[in-house]
Amino acid sequence: MDETGIAVNGETLVLTPAGAAWWPAQRTLVLADIHFEKGSAYARGRQFLPPYDTRSALKRIRTLMAHHAPARVIALGDSFHDPYGPSRLDDFEKDCLAEMGRQAEWIWIKGNHDPAPPSWLSGRAASEISIGALTFRHEPSSASARGEIAGHLHPCATITRRGHSIRRRCFVTDGRRLVLPAFGAYAGGLDVREAAIRSLFGERVRAYLLGARRVYAAAA
Amino acid sequence: MNLAVQPALTLLPAPFAAWFSARGWQPRPHQLQLVEHAARGESVLLVAPTGGGKTLAGFLPSLIELASVPKRARAQRLHTLYISPLKALAVDVARNLEIPVSEMELPVRIETRTGDTSPSKRLRQRHAPPDILLTTPEQLSLLLSSPFAPRMFAGLRAVVLDELHALANSKRGDLLALGLSRLQALAPGHRRIGLSATVADPAHLQRYLVPQPQEGEAMARLVKAIGGATPEIAISASQEYVPWAGHLARHAMGDVMNAIRASKTALVFVNTRSQAERTFQELWRINEDRLAIALHHGSLAPEQRRKVEAAMARGALRAVVCTSTLDLGIDWGAVDRVICLGAPKGAARLVQRIGRANHRLDEPSRALLVPANRFEVLECEAARDAVLAGELDGDEPKRGGLDVLAQHVLCVACAAPFDADALFAEIRSAAPYRHLAREDFDRVVDFVATGGYALRRYDRYARLRKTPEGLWRIAHPRVAQQYRLNAGVIIEDPMLDVRLQAKGRPVGAGGRVLGRMEEYFLEGLSPGDTFVFSGEVLRFEGIREDAAYVTRTHDPEAQIPSYQGGKFPLSTFLARRVREMLADPAQWAILPDPVGEWLRVQKYVSLVPKPDQLLVETFPRGSKEYLVCYPFEGRLAHQTLGMLLTRRLERLRLRPLGFVANEYALAIWGLRDMGAADMDRLFDEDMLGDDLEAWLAESALYKRTFRNCAIIAGLIERRHLSGEKTGRQVTFSSDLIYDVLREHEPDHILLRATYEDAATGLLDIGRLTGMLKRIKGRIVVKRLERVSPLAVPALLEISKEMVAGEARDDLLRENEDALVREAMRLG
Repeated sequence: MDETGIAVNGETLVLTPAGAAWWPAQRTLVLADIHFEKGSAYARGRQFLPPYDTRSALKRIRTLMAHHAPARVIALGDSFHDPYGPSRLDDFEKDCLAEMGRQAEWIWIKGNHDPAPPSWLSGRAASEISIGALTFRHEPSSASARGEIAGHLHPCATITRRGHSIRRRCFVTDGRRLVLPAFGAYAGGLDVREAAIRSLFGERVRAYLLGARRVYAAAA
Repeated sequence: MNLAVQPALTLLPAPFAAWFSARGWQPRPHQLQLVEHAARGESVLLVAPTGGGKTLAGFLPSLIELASVPKRARAQRLHTLYISPLKALAVDVARNLEIPVSEMELPVRIETRTGDTSPSKRLRQRHAPPDILLTTPEQLSLLLSSPFAPRMFAGLRAVVLDELHALANSKRGDLLALGLSRLQALAPGHRRIGLSATVADPAHLQRYLVPQPQEGEAMARLVKAIGGATPEIAISASQEYVPWAGHLARHAMGDVMNAIRASKTALVFVNTRSQAERTFQELWRINEDRLAIALHHGSLAPEQRRKVEAAMARGALRAVVCTSTLDLGIDWGAVDRVICLGAPKGAARLVQRIGRANHRLDEPSRALLVPANRFEVLECEAARDAVLAGELDGDEPKRGGLDVLAQHVLCVACAAPFDADALFAEIRSAAPYRHLAREDFDRVVDFVATGGYALRRYDRYARLRKTPEGLWRIAHPRVAQQYRLNAGVIIEDPMLDVRLQAKGRPVGAGGRVLGRMEEYFLEGLSPGDTFVFSGEVLRFEGIREDAAYVTRTHDPEAQIPSYQGGKFPLSTFLARRVREMLADPAQWAILPDPVGEWLRVQKYVSLVPKPDQLLVETFPRGSKEYLVCYPFEGRLAHQTLGMLLTRRLERLRLRPLGFVANEYALAIWGLRDMGAADMDRLFDEDMLGDDLEAWLAESALYKRTFRNCAIIAGLIERRHLSGEKTGRQVTFSSDLIYDVLREHEPDHILLRATYEDAATGLLDIGRLTGMLKRIKGRIVVKRLERVSPLAVPALLEISKEMVAGEARDDLLRENEDALVREAMRLG
């Protein structure tokens, strides 16, 4: 896998095509907006999306953990699609999470969908956390851009080349702050040109689109 | 006594005979035959050309029956149900039907029911139905989902299905067939009349019309109207210049203009909306007399379309440039010539279009065919021969879609609890579903109930539950509300409004809506690109939320929209005729000189294949090696073939770089000479196995097919009880759902439905299978030193190359490289 390193507030982060950021100096893996159990949340409204979104996310997280062997995993909020999500996990999925909890220290940042992760989940919950030069929170703040790593916005970008347009989830950064793409299998996206994203960044903004084997830079 | 030998008028009750006489009309034989069959309670298919008094024939038996019983003696019950593919046609037919009814003072109440019918009128129709109700397949489904349906349809005597040929072999046809099977259960005694344009295989429609028995098959009676006058079909062809490629027929605009000048009113048919836009522009460029020429296609704002239709009805227009949106529908008496730009793609479609000119049976319809390139000249000649010989192409009857079945199962459950065994038997009586396996039916019911997943996570949220008596009922009244919001099988591509804004305003600052265009086309544009839409050249500014913003520009050389709406593949039947014409030099004499010479040179430098052969040519050109083959199976099948062949060539280390497909040929190019490859093995049918599977997983067309199935089956709801989800959100999430489902449950019933749909639809896999069988052992290979004449049209299209699934990352890389180059430029 080709790795793309970027600098955010002086710290080097590796952007993975799976949509996670890897911070080698701190052996920390960062994921945003996993939205576990989004499928079953829809099923409650009688729309039966395939009930495999949680397993799909778990599988990808397991692959990432096997590759990087992180000491710490930070989930940037909206890890569950709704507050009842944890109660809908089945035993296999709970075991899977427990096993991952034994392999690394998990920090569950609170999101707007999951303001209070359940107590039985391994790791600890926090509204935000600062480590070294970086601050991790769910929703990007309007003020403190420097060193902020956030999620919430589900950025996507479209490129057009030879008459074909390709839309992909993406990271967005201007070197001061980084917004991660949503990790969840069913998470929708917001175009990086929309004001909600564009207004967060300065002039030197870049999008990194998720490809099959690596991420690709594009103007945003 | 044989009724047929009686003098015509004595067959009809006195008021009817008098009405015909008063108008100076003689009832047509087919009209009387329908009266006879109806009197015996038989279902009939009437095949008649336009202008044959078809609609009156369909209603005459009902009017006679209704007139024979005084209104007071009748219960207030629906007697005749009429179904049309178009809302506008239902309304128009109702209006026309009122004329004989009021002139004969018949005690008959006629009403329509469409999406525009007011809620109060709908309610009244349910409790006090009219004698005759005119509606569409979608509205029938909605009526059937109501608990009142058994009462409303209990007295139904007749069903009239208009333009049946246009409905039967589609998802709407599946929906209608299922609706009819329900009607059969509610009103077992009713008879049906199907009205159809001339079709190649009426037996298919005859089966469609009547309930199929468990064993064997049942068919409706067939009545054929005596054909009208032979049409006059001219083909415009220059003796000096015929283009090698392209679809715009720019060279022939003068001919088209002259034909318009020589007509009262002309319909100018084209095959795509982009062609309609461009043709409209070209015609106005040379419209020195400022003749009233209008534009009509499915993407224009509805008000604009209605304006054109109204002007047409007034006789205020000299010509309308249109797409298949005007293939069907209201008769315009004034149209006296049809001009078909580009090849007709099918003989039946050509007949249908020609029939739009002149609605009197005894006068010939006049048509002008305008081929846009050399292959199209052959195709136009083949189509004309076929039409004059009375031979038509027919679609293979398709099997009923499982997605439509899922929607119908929910519809039935909304009306009342159902017994699975009884419903299964009822559904199998519908012709498209007569081969339905019980296992598939059960899986569909399971899908409707809880999603049908192996991991049974959703049982507690079920939409359908079993009652203690073993009947399936809906779990909550909201299920019925959700069904009604999402019913229907017409799924548009995700569309965006096109808004015209003033120059210099920020993008997204509002503007008038010009119409709607496919999202995937608009997303492929960059700000500053120009394109033609709604009859003017527009500059693309950007997309914000659910709209694309454009400004006016005077750029005369616009980039043309390449959106695909309304594009038809060349029919199998016509393809065969083109191959036959190509193989027979005796027939070349009728072709224009440049086309004849083109074929003669081909014969000299390479060869002209026999009708059952596949010619494969290989040659070097520039720094590349080419392989060109000529299956004549239409662009869709060729694109699929191209994807599969490049995979194989890659495995043979022949390093293919790309390919391009047109309606007639497929060209592949690469770095190595492909001529030495074993062509029989290369083109072997086994390519439809794993390679196809692997490619489908990535194909955007396949994902679009999945999206449509998911929406129709009710996996993804277009509308929620609280407001509408937009197309943009639906596409994005349907791709994600597809990926997850395919990975975790590849044999899910919805993926089956998608595959079956794709096999006949977007990807034409069925067609490709047939072709690979046909050419087995009949491949002729020519290794040439340079490009052959026949290969030129395909090579000219190479700029529109396809990008394979894996290559999509290459585009991302290319984009990145461009960005880096730009960033690294000094000064």
